[in-house]
Amino acid sequence: MSPFEYAPAPESRSVVDIASSYGLFIDGEFVDPADGTMFKTVNPATEEVLADVAEAGETDIDRAVRAARRAQETVWGPMPGSERAKYLFRIARLLAERSREFAVLETLDNGKPIRESRDVDVPTAAAHFFYYAGWADKLDHAGFGVAPRPHGVAAQVIPWNFPLLMLAWKIAPALATGNTVVLKPAETTPLSALLFADLLRQAELPPGVVNIVTGARETGAMLVAHPGIDKIAFTGSTAVGKRIAREIAGTRKTVTLELGGKAANILFDDAPIDQAVEGIVNGIYFNQGQVCCAGSRLLVQESVADEVVDRLKERLATLRVGDPMDKNTDVGAINSAAQLERITRLAEAGTAEGATRWSPACDLPEQGYWFPPTVFTDVSAAHTIAREEIFGPVLSVLTFRTPDEAVAKANNTPYGLSAGVWTEKGSRILWMADRLKAGVVWANTFNRFDPTSPFGGYKESGHGREGGRHGLAPYLVDGSTD
Amino acid sequence: MATTPTTSTGTRVDVRKTYKLFIGGAFPRSESGRTYEVTAADGRFLANAALGSRKDARDAVVAARAAQKGWAGATAYNRGQVLYRVAELLEGRRAQFVEEVSAGEGISRGDADDVVSAAVDRWVWYAGWADKVAQVAGSANPVAGPYFNLSVPEPTGVVAVLAPQRSSLLGLVSVLAPVLVTGNTAVLVSSERRPLPAITLSEVLATSDVPKGVVNVLTGRTAEIAPHLAGHLDVNAIDLAGAALADGVTWGALEAEAAGSIKRVRRPALDDAEPDWTAVPDGPRRILAFTETKTVWHPKGV
Repeated sequence: MSPFEYAPAPESRSVVDIASSYGLFIDGEFVDPADGTMFKTVNPATEEVLADVAEAGETDIDRAVRAARRAQETVWGPMPGSERAKYLFRIARLLAERSREFAVLETLDNGKPIRESRDVDVPTAAAHFFYYAGWADKLDHAGFGVAPRPHGVAAQVIPWNFPLLMLAWKIAPALATGNTVVLKPAETTPLSALLFADLLRQAELPPGVVNIVTGARETGAMLVAHPGIDKIAFTGSTAVGKRIAREIAGTRKTVTLELGGKAANILFDDAPIDQAVEGIVNGIYFNQGQVCCAGSRLLVQESVADEVVDRLKERLATLRVGDPMDKNTDVGAINSAAQLERITRLAEAGTAEGATRWSPACDLPEQGYWFPPTVFTDVSAAHTIAREEIFGPVLSVLTFRTPDEAVAKANNTPYGLSAGVWTEKGSRILWMADRLKAGVVWANTFNRFDPTSPFGGYKESGHGREGGRHGLAPYLVDGSTD
Repeated sequence: MATTPTTSTGTRVDVRKTYKLFIGGAFPRSESGRTYEVTAADGRFLANAALGSRKDARDAVVAARAAQKGWAGATAYNRGQVLYRVAELLEGRRAQFVEEVSAGEGISRGDADDVVSAAVDRWVWYAGWADKVAQVAGSANPVAGPYFNLSVPEPTGVVAVLAPQRSSLLGLVSVLAPVLVTGNTAVLVSSERRPLPAITLSEVLATSDVPKGVVNVLTGRTAEIAPHLAGHLDVNAIDLAGAALADGVTWGALEAEAAGSIKRVRRPALDDAEPDWTAVPDGPRRILAFTETKTVWHPKGV
């Protein structure tokens, strides 16, 4: 028995009731889709079908947008900020009260370890509502002019990697500023958004303020294209982001885009190696690497490269991969068969192009979608795995000699979402931060999130910021869109 | 709270509350053993409140100082949540506040109900500032050189607060909450003639998650207690809101007393009246009055 073996510690799923089927949440109630189309959502760790979920079509989208418009014009827009604030505080408190239920459901539907959904996703989502609740009655003091105005109806399309947290990032600032919302959760992870609808019932949020329409890519496209939408917030792939930007060109719709990334995690030879190795692991294996700001490229200074890679491999051998519901699990399931296929294909390209592939020995479950933590060494900047976003637990290791070279390599990507710098020298951190073309720079840490801290990318990682005071701006009318 | 007891057949005599001081999380009587009679606007007896002494004030400062480091050390998010929780419990005590405000200020229950609503909403407004004030009042300064330069507001320390004399709940909340938001601790002197809502508020604070000593409440003669606080060397700032309209008090004299330790002083808005406390503040100025700005320099370079 290795010193890292643990007895199973499964979280109970009895805390959450999953219905056999879910309708669309429109105008304060669940309704069946007009054409009756349904799709299934599965537990990616077991391939068990969790529920049938409605697929919203043209008619449903139109209903949802009209409900949102009516609510915005008659209730939510005219409501004083101090009253909107109290609804948002309610939502924050209710999320905290029902946190275990949300965490279990999120892990079942997404495949992420319960430790992460319990300790990161759900509490951070509640904190996000709490933070923006406090802005609702202080918009005059936020630096966007006196009595700033909301756009109206926001279409929000979110990804499957942090379903509830992305919902919070989208809905909280939209509601705080007086917009109403039609939100489309991702096709593979709709359940936490649908449970959120039940929470809104408890909060007694007026009907139509938040509408949740489930579906796949076509549903999202229809929502974004609907003429009744004023503002679009999208988190997802760069390809879809570009399509949305093209489609709304020439209209009065405004958009914020939070897209892909290929972040460099840069390690200098004076960095505290043990601490840095933890940061590298957190940077790329957190949430199975299915994180847009993941530190998927490790740039390590040549003089310490061998030592760092050795210690990284030692550390990876202790990661526990498997049942996401087990409280000791570090790495859970890949979210879908399609995503597993993509990760597998890109990893194969890595080997084919000459990089060296390594994974710790680990027994993967037979059912479900699994990919072991993987490290590629001997990677060059031209390799596919150094250029394309893999969105999986795959790290590419490159080396550099000078700070200038590190900056050049880090910025050598069309993305610019995040970056990490590991060094004991404070002045170097700030020198690097000045030169990195990334929206978030983490120094001697990685993957830190806070409601007060703006998040978003440079270049093709998107535009606009979510979180913090800056996160209010996209939801308030700017002079040029009057 | 007094209601007319009826001793005739079958009607119950109510159990009245003893109103005491609030120091370091406990409810002591004044060490001086003194009390004074508090009456309603119509003259009827309401309660005997503690007549706080110099020693009580000094004890309160010691408690506030002991609590300050921990309160300031809590995250802004945590302080925001704790203060929001106070609003939740204020709402739950609505009936008691309505009765006290109505009796003490001589207004109808309906009007008192509006006052309590405004007080709860004011507390919520300030709670929300906890994790935002640094974003509005802080700055990244573009100095002309290779330096990172960041300014952030920090709490000044222990703040003495003279609560408004007339607005015994809404005015009180409007001056107390902004002091607490950034991590200051407070020694509050309640309205002299209308002290009951302040003591009931301390009962709310005692049963919420506010650490002991963060708020300390004294009742008694403002003219007796305030000079000791204004001159106390371990008090960093004083809000003189309640110096206006207090018997035997001139705020200028207190300000002169405060000068001895270079206290931050917030003067009363008006000499012979109170501001309209029902108006939502037009910014976080009351919060910033009790903060220090700290600027950090750090070089940039390989």
